[in-house]
Amino acid sequence: MAFEINGKTYETDEEGYLANLSDWNADVADHMATEDDCDLSENHWEVIKFLRDYYEEYQIAPAVRVLTKAIGKRLGKDKGNSKYLYELFPYGPAKQACKYAGLPKPTGCV
Amino acid sequence: MAKREFSIPVIKSPPEIPPIRPGAMAHSRPFVAKAEHQEPLGFPGELVDNWKSVAIDKMEELLGKYRALPVFLDSCVKCGACTDKCHYYLGTGDPKNMPVARQDILRSVYRRYFTVAGKYFPKLVGAAELTEEVIDDWYRYYHQCSECRRCSVYCPFGIDTAEITMAGREILASIGVGQKYANEIIGKVHKIGNNLGLPEPALVDTLEGLEEEVEEEINVPVKFPLDQVGAEVLLVTPSADFFAEPHVDGLIGYAKVFHQAGISWTLSSYASEAANFGIFVGNYENMQKVAERIRQAALDLGVKRIVVGECGHAWRVAYSFWNTLIGPFDFLDTAYPTPQHICELTYHLLQQGQLKLDPAQNDDKVVTFHDSCNVSRGSRMGDMPGGQFTIPRALIRSACPHFVDMAPETTHEHTFCCGGGGGLLTDDLLELRVKGALPRVSALKRVIEEDGVTHMAAICAICKSQFSKVLPEYGMGMDMVVSVHQLIGDALVFEPAQ
Repeated sequence: MAFEINGKTYETDEEGYLANLSDWNADVADHMATEDDCDLSENHWEVIKFLRDYYEEYQIAPAVRVLTKAIGKRLGKDKGNSKYLYELFPYGPAKQACKYAGLPKPTGCV
Repeated sequence: MAKREFSIPVIKSPPEIPPIRPGAMAHSRPFVAKAEHQEPLGFPGELVDNWKSVAIDKMEELLGKYRALPVFLDSCVKCGACTDKCHYYLGTGDPKNMPVARQDILRSVYRRYFTVAGKYFPKLVGAAELTEEVIDDWYRYYHQCSECRRCSVYCPFGIDTAEITMAGREILASIGVGQKYANEIIGKVHKIGNNLGLPEPALVDTLEGLEEEVEEEINVPVKFPLDQVGAEVLLVTPSADFFAEPHVDGLIGYAKVFHQAGISWTLSSYASEAANFGIFVGNYENMQKVAERIRQAALDLGVKRIVVGECGHAWRVAYSFWNTLIGPFDFLDTAYPTPQHICELTYHLLQQGQLKLDPAQNDDKVVTFHDSCNVSRGSRMGDMPGGQFTIPRALIRSACPHFVDMAPETTHEHTFCCGGGGGLLTDDLLELRVKGALPRVSALKRVIEEDGVTHMAAICAICKSQFSKVLPEYGMGMDMVVSVHQLIGDALVFEPAQ
């Protein structure tokens, strides 16, 4: 599978996750979000940026408590919980946010 | 993200057996594994040219290797006792999800190639050629069985559909048609050590974060040790316990128990996974290779005991197969059972008065318990028959003032699968997962309405993830699902060591 933005083709897996991490740019995230009828706010971008930084360091998406703690520090304690993250990413922060961030889908019993 | 394109089943009270809807789930098939997911497991990367002879040879090998398989294939008398027992049939109405029919798509091929009557009079005995259509049917319907073994409880001959599903999946993988979800995960365990592909530095970071979080919350320095040589206990737990909610609260609960009991323990970065998807794809070699990491970690760390966290099929593999796969365990302390379930460990500590719980901490909850299939029907727990049912309930009752059981035809050995077991916990099977959850959700709804149940506890990572995902589809909150050890951890009273 693939999609196109401004004449450039982006390969994806069966579920629309980017095949090559290095292909990612902000337009990719915007495109994926638009497909889901989701407008990316600044707070969405905070999560996406954190996911990308964490992945670059650890080669894996952060565990939910690592993510909520980091988001709590950046956006305020009232937002450092999975309820808030589900408001931002209703399909599940681990899966939806990873997708927009160009990360592979988390595998396992999650 | 994929939008839902199917309707949610209506919960009926009392539950009804649905009318037959032929082909209702014929469209359901998970993504096929790519070469990169197949080859590291020793399977061909794509459908082999001579797939038919490879499949028949594989079937012959399995018939010789697993003595139960030919017995199960020969002994069905079509009595019909299993027809309304499968959650996937009850949720979808597809007659091929009646266990007998699901078995028959393999049984008919077995008859054609391995029985005299089937070779010479195929039509008379329901024997069938192996064709591409049959392979397609195997792929569809052997991924609509969660290997939960509920049907085997009702079968007068004890035929275990799970064994037939496993054989079907192994044959499929061996001709190059494996399932992406399960095989990708097994590959990650071989390479990195856990289902998530969580590398050691990330595990270290995650555990440090949990230590900070717990200390901040309760002001007790509960540790989450990793690779501690000489610890008494090696804890192997599903990697979802590190990663997801509500799993992580269970992990915090185990750590609190070890802390308060004064037992030195450790996790392993090499064996950072209790789950063993080798059993799901029916492949002995992969199951052994996954299990072997745990033996190796126990030896390297010099532990005396191995304890298994809240994971259904991991416990089945550990309890029923470890001794053959990776035994003997003569290097461990024989005063303790090997393996030991975390619930068993906590239960003994409570019996001996080494832990004190304050149920008032959970007074805001009315809790029920979901028996996980692999614990209920594939194993035991503790030193008495039925311990796998009584021990988790005893733990919940010790930690919670309000406990209610669901209907008896849906608990203990009669329990219904969560709908996502057996390697089917993947979004490409979401329709099947939602529909397959119907029987359990129906029983849950009844105790919510009649007894005011607010939470459902479970001791399986798959059950917890599956319910968190599908309960909202039925109008129930995902935060209803809790780990048993979350309840324990929240009720635990921290006293200075005596």
